[in-house]
This record gives sequence, C-alpha cells and structure tokens, in this order.
Amino acid sequence: MNRVVTLLAAASAAVLAATAAGANTVRWSAPTDIATLDPYAQTESFTTAMLHHVFDPLVRRGRTMQLEPALATSWKTIKPDTWRFELRKGVKFHNGNAFTADDVVASVTRLLDPGARARGNLSQVIRAEKVDDFTVDLVTKGPYPLLLNDLAGIYIMDKEWMEQTGSLKPGNIATGVSTAASTTAIGTGPFKLESFKPDAGTTMVVNPDWWDKPAHNVTRIEFKPIKSDATRVAALLSGELDLIAPAPLQDLARIGANSAFKVIEEPSLRLIFLGFNQRDELRAAPGQKNPLKELKVRQALWQAVDLDAIQKRVMRGKSQNTGTLVAPPVPGYDKANDVLPGYSADKAKALLAEAGYPGGFKLGLNCPNDRYINDEQICVAVAAMWSRIGVQTEVKTESRATYFPKQDRGEFDAFMLGWATLPPMDGFSVLSALLTAPKDGYGGSNAMGYSNPEIERLTREAAVELDEPKRRAMMIEALKIARDTVAYLPLHLQPVAWAARQGVDVPQFPDEYVRLWFAQVK
Amino acid sequence: MLRLLIARLGQAVLVMLAVSAVSFGMFRFVGDPVSALSRENATVEEKQELREALGLERPIIVQFGAFIGRIVRGDFGISYRNQRPVAALIAERLPATLELVLVATVLSLVLGIPLGVLCALKPDGVAARLVQAVSLIGISTPTFVTGIVLILTFAVTLGLLPSFGRGETVQIGPWSTGLLTVSGLKALILPSITLALYQLTLIMRLVRSELIDVLSSDYIRFARARGLSARHIHFTLALRNALMPVITVTGLQIGSLIAFAIVTETVFQWPGMGLLFIQAVSFSDVPVMAAYLLFVGLLFVLINTAVDLLYALVDPRLRVRS
Repeated sequence: MNRVVTLLAAASAAVLAATAAGANTVRWSAPTDIATLDPYAQTESFTTAMLHHVFDPLVRRGRTMQLEPALATSWKTIKPDTWRFELRKGVKFHNGNAFTADDVVASVTRLLDPGARARGNLSQVIRAEKVDDFTVDLVTKGPYPLLLNDLAGIYIMDKEWMEQTGSLKPGNIATGVSTAASTTAIGTGPFKLESFKPDAGTTMVVNPDWWDKPAHNVTRIEFKPIKSDATRVAALLSGELDLIAPAPLQDLARIGANSAFKVIEEPSLRLIFLGFNQRDELRAAPGQKNPLKELKVRQALWQAVDLDAIQKRVMRGKSQNTGTLVAPPVPGYDKANDVLPGYSADKAKALLAEAGYPGGFKLGLNCPNDRYINDEQICVAVAAMWSRIGVQTEVKTESRATYFPKQDRGEFDAFMLGWATLPPMDGFSVLSALLTAPKDGYGGSNAMGYSNPEIERLTREAAVELDEPKRRAMMIEALKIARDTVAYLPLHLQPVAWAARQGVDVPQFPDEYVRLWFAQVK
Repeated sequence: MLRLLIARLGQAVLVMLAVSAVSFGMFRFVGDPVSALSRENATVEEKQELREALGLERPIIVQFGAFIGRIVRGDFGISYRNQRPVAALIAERLPATLELVLVATVLSLVLGIPLGVLCALKPDGVAARLVQAVSLIGISTPTFVTGIVLILTFAVTLGLLPSFGRGETVQIGPWSTGLLTVSGLKALILPSITLALYQLTLIMRLVRSELIDVLSSDYIRFARARGLSARHIHFTLALRNALMPVITVTGLQIGSLIAFAIVTETVFQWPGMGLLFIQAVSFSDVPVMAAYLLFVGLLFVLINTAVDLLYALVDPRLRVRS
C-alpha cells in the first residue's frame, strides 16, 4: 500500500511539477508567515530572512556565513566611536530610484526612532551622518566591535519612497500609528515583491537589475505559509510545493524514503539548555536554603542527564549534544569548552550526597511546549533522569505565549531556554543577556540570579574591545567560567531540517534562513 | 413588540459588555505581548519601556476602561505583530470564512435533509441503517482528523484537489471571492466537507426525528384517511412542518460554524478569521484577539436576537410571556 502511495505521489508530483507556473519557480512553505513588510517593525528571525530577498543590508552574510560587502563596499574606523562606510555606486531600488547616502541616513534615522520595534538591533548607534553621496559615517556610543554583525540585519529603504508614502517615521504600536511600509516593500534586493497576502501567500519575481551577479536561477518565488505540520508535508508530497522549511522531525524518514524527494539537515545555531533559579530560596520550598545554589548540586544534575538517550530517542538522532553555551560556528566557541560531563547516575548521586542532599529534594521544571523541537518530550525525559537520582522533579509545560513572560519575570526553579545569538551571531549575546546580572543594559534574559564577578568584568571588557583575537579570548574565558560553575546546563543544538523535491538545490545555513538567491532549480 | 425590541437590545448590549470584560480578563492569562515582541537580546530596560508604552503597567480596570472607550469610538487599535489596523485585518479575512461557512451550510442542508427523510420514511431499511452508522462516525471524529484524512486521500494519493489554501481569488471591491475560479472552487471542496460534517449529521438526525414525530400526528392520519398520495403527504404536508426547527438550528449553527471554523482553517491553511485568531493567540496579539472575540460575540448576539424576535412575530404566545 505504501509503495502504491509513494508511486502515485511521485507521479502526481512529476505531473504537477511539469505544469508548475513557468520556468524556475520555487514554491515553498514554512509554518509562520511574514509578520510585516516593514523591516524595522519586527524582531522575528523568519520575517527578517524573508525580507532579505527584497532588501539589501550594507553588510551581509555570504555563502559560509562570513560578513561581506553588500550595499557598502568598504569600511574603516576613523575614530574609536566612528565608522566610515563607502557605498556601492550604480545601485537602483525596485522603483528605479538611485541608492545614495541619503537612503542610508534616512533608514538608520527611521530605525532609531523610539517607535521602531527593531531599534534594539542597532542599539549602540547614535546617528548616521552623510559625508558625500556615497560615504556615510555611523557614530556609536563608544568603541563597538559588533557593528558589522548588527548591520547585516539592517535593511536599507528608499528615502524618496518613504517621503512619498509618509513612512519616514516607523509605525508605532503604542500610539496606534501604522504606515504604508507594513504592506509594501521597495528595496534593492535580488527579488521584487509582487504580492503579499497574509496567511495566504507572498510572491516575488527576480530583479533583473540587481547589482550583484546572481548565483541562482530562480525567476519566481511563491511562498505559502502552512501552520499545520501534517498539511505542509502533504502539500510537498502531493507536488504542490517544491520545498518545506522546516520539515517536521517525525516525517523525515518517510519523506527521505521517497525517491522523488530529499531531506536536507544540519545542526542549527539554536542551542537548547536548562537554567536554574540561583536565588536564596526555591519557589517550590520557600523558607529553606536553595539547593541549586550549591555547585555540586548543579554538577550532579548535569551528570544525571543522559544526553545520548535524549539525542537518540527524543531527537531521533538529529540533534548534536553540546557541553558549552554557543554553537561551533559562533565567535566565542572553543573546542576545549565543549566537553560533555559524561552521564553517570552513580556519580551524580555521590555529588548530591557530598552537597548534603543524600535524599535529594523536590524541584519544579518548567518548559514551553510549542517553541523548540520536541521541547516537552525533552523535559519529561530530563525529569525522569533527575528523579532517578532522588531529585523529585515535577514537569509543567505551557504555550510560549504564557511561558516566556514567566521566564522573564524569573518565576521558575528549573526551566528550558533556547538561544541562537541572532541577529548578531556572536557569543557576546550569551554573555550580555544570559550570564550577567540584569542592570545597565545587561542580563536581559537572566532573571534567576546568576552572577559571577569575573564574567561581569570580562563581558564589559569584551563589549568595547576592537581587537578581534583579544575579544574572542575574553569570551572564551567567560564561557569557560560559565561551564565550570554550571551557570546553565547545555543540552544540544537543535537540527534544522528541510525537505525538497529532487531538482531543487538550496544551501542550508545554521541560522535557518532560507536564502533563495543561492538556489538552483531544475 | 416595541417594548420587547428595546428589552432585547438592552440585553444584547449587556451581553457584549460581558463578552468584552471576559475576553479582556482572559488576556491577563494568555501571556504578555512584551516577550513575543522583543528580540532575543532585549535588555530589561527595553522590555520595561515597551510595557509602559503599551500601558500594561496601569491597573487592569483602567486598561479596560480605555479599551471600551476606544471600541465605542470604533477604534479597534492596530495589531502588535504587523502594525496594521485590526478592523482592516478582520475585514480582509471575513470573506474567506463566510464563503467557507456558506458552502458548508449549503452542503449540510442539501445532503442532510434528504438523508434525514430517507431515515424517517424507511427506518428499518439497509440504507437508513448505514446512514445512521456513518453519521455516528461523522459526529465523533475530531475535525482535524477528518481534515488530514481527506488531504491524504484526495490531495496526496489521488492528486485531485489542493491540500491547502484558497486557490486563486477574485477581488470584487473589498470582497475577495474564490467562487469564480476553478482553482478557488476546487480549494473549497475539502475544507467545506470537513466543516460541514458535524452540521450535516446534526441536520440529518433532526429531520429524521421531527419527521417521525410529524408523521405520527393526527392531521397526517386524516390526510391518509382522505386518500391523499403518499408523496403529497410526505413532502408537502409533513416535511414543511418538520423543517421549521431545522431552519432555526441552521441559523444558530451559522454562528457556531464561524466561531469553530478555527480548526478547519488551521488544517487547510484557510486564510480566514479563525486562522487570524490562532496566529494572534500564539503571538499574544491582544488587539486582534479582543476584536475577534467581540466580533464573534456580536454575531451570536445578533443571530439570537433575530431568532427571538422572529419567534415573537410568529408565535403570539411568546409576546405575552416577555
């Protein structure tokens, strides 16, 4: 029966592919839709990736994730707090307007407006100044090593278009102002936006006047969001789609077994880990000393987690176990830090006894159930492993909508979190948001009381260190301290898995962006 | 009559206030939009600033007052997630949902009434028993299972129908319709069957029981005694009376269908209001959720009020009671 289904699916896929809309169309689907076409009105990875087809940044990520020139051809620091960018000449926006320094200044100004949701993505920049038509200075709040990383996610809009449509200032959800930029997009990118229907589909056509030499042969993109996993897979198998990204883990084997399709997968940057309440008392046991403050207890909990079992059974062998808090491609990663503690329930029990908890204790573990791949199942497995060494763990899972606000307020004893270091793709984001205490712009997601004077010092030094090797050494050292003190309990890098019909070649990137300007279709 | 009308409208306003209060109270438990709207690296200061800008720091009763104030002025605010006016978002999604509900309703009537009649006239026949058994399955299968099974059968295995979306739509002023293109009509088939299934079985069973009741009443017996043809008795005299409650139920069901199209719309990625609502829930997009709930509440209030008033027109006894 299965073989019949497969044959029929392959046959219908072939027929549909042959009758697909013209040459070199890519029809693809993801579970979410573009939030808005206004690049400064959102902070979602997916929307940013989609808009990258229409807009160009000054600096972009290339084929191997390296930072390379895009709308800026070169740059240098003329003062510790001032960067000078030479701009590319002869670039045209999709409406025919020329790209000049005025567009960069207007774009940066619009992004820095208090109403712009994405303002934080360029938080260290004070202003942009035009030097001449093709030279721009960006002034930062002091020396800032990650400016280029930030700029890779900042798209340049057309000043004249913003003036015409009255969208020089961004929309503002607090005051209820919305602008034309939410529903139209004019950029300089490899594709032009043709239509945008929320939840129904977005179409783009190739931009023949793109400034760069295309490495793709795609003439048309038809994006259709499909929220339901099963429907998305069905639509691929029935030949209505050429690519689905992501593909659900549980269906990879079935899709891969069908010769008309292929599965592409690799570890992503998103690192899943557990966090601990390290304040004076547990929420589960007020009035008593918090066992999680003891290093030996945290080490015991780490040793008690059988990472291989989770990797094999829960993640179907698709994840990559890790002993540190950043993924290998991210600056700040060091092989010496990426050492697994080695699973041993006996050693874990001994450590608990040494810490003065021979009988264990009660602990709550909170997790989202709709945010990370198999998040709920991972937590259930971890709870069983902890219970085995005497730490009676009660799992509570809930939807992301209610989970993250609670996590933000520090309402959990043990909890799950994932971190991808995006958009900057730099280890500094782990130090500045997770490993430092919440004050003066640091510790934005660290509401559970972890703090270490050495890490605080190293983070603040790395923040202004323009010498890259030195800066990386500082981050590596800070991440080593984090590992030695078990600030968090790292689990794995979750996989990014896509599925496509044969004949569609799309390179995969660990940041999970679909970049169709690298796609080849037959 | 006028007094009744005023009383009913007064009740409707009260119900709407209650709906908005309940939905507003609910948002305190569905999460706080700040984390959904913040970047991964957002600082504590950034989040606090946004919280204050959105007025989430004010006492809940003050927020509710401001909310009602805006609604009364006809301002539903803008979506947190995509910064477009909520009224425009709902207007954009309404046609998809209404077309789906309309087709599903027609389908359930066209199939439900004849099947109900069949079961009533030949209650012991093989066909009737079969229909009864199948209807049990129809009423007890969850919507998403029905939807996925239909997709696997007709889209993946047979490759006959699209598995998701609306196909090509035609824009007529503010209305987008899928009824005028072949791909639009094809796209309607599976989701409307999925949505209609429950209602179909409901109508079928209702017609059957009403018709059995009517057929055993005195005037039918007299009609038989007068020697009228069976066809005339069944389809002209009996069915007419048996269909009265069906009309009522169908009317009331339309409200439920619009509200419960959520699952069907999610399975088939049908870009209607239900899908809009589900997306809004996962992003804590409070303005969209609030407007949707108010809209659905209004729909129910309108339909119920209309039904009440119609009954009062038809049946004088009810007027005295009110």
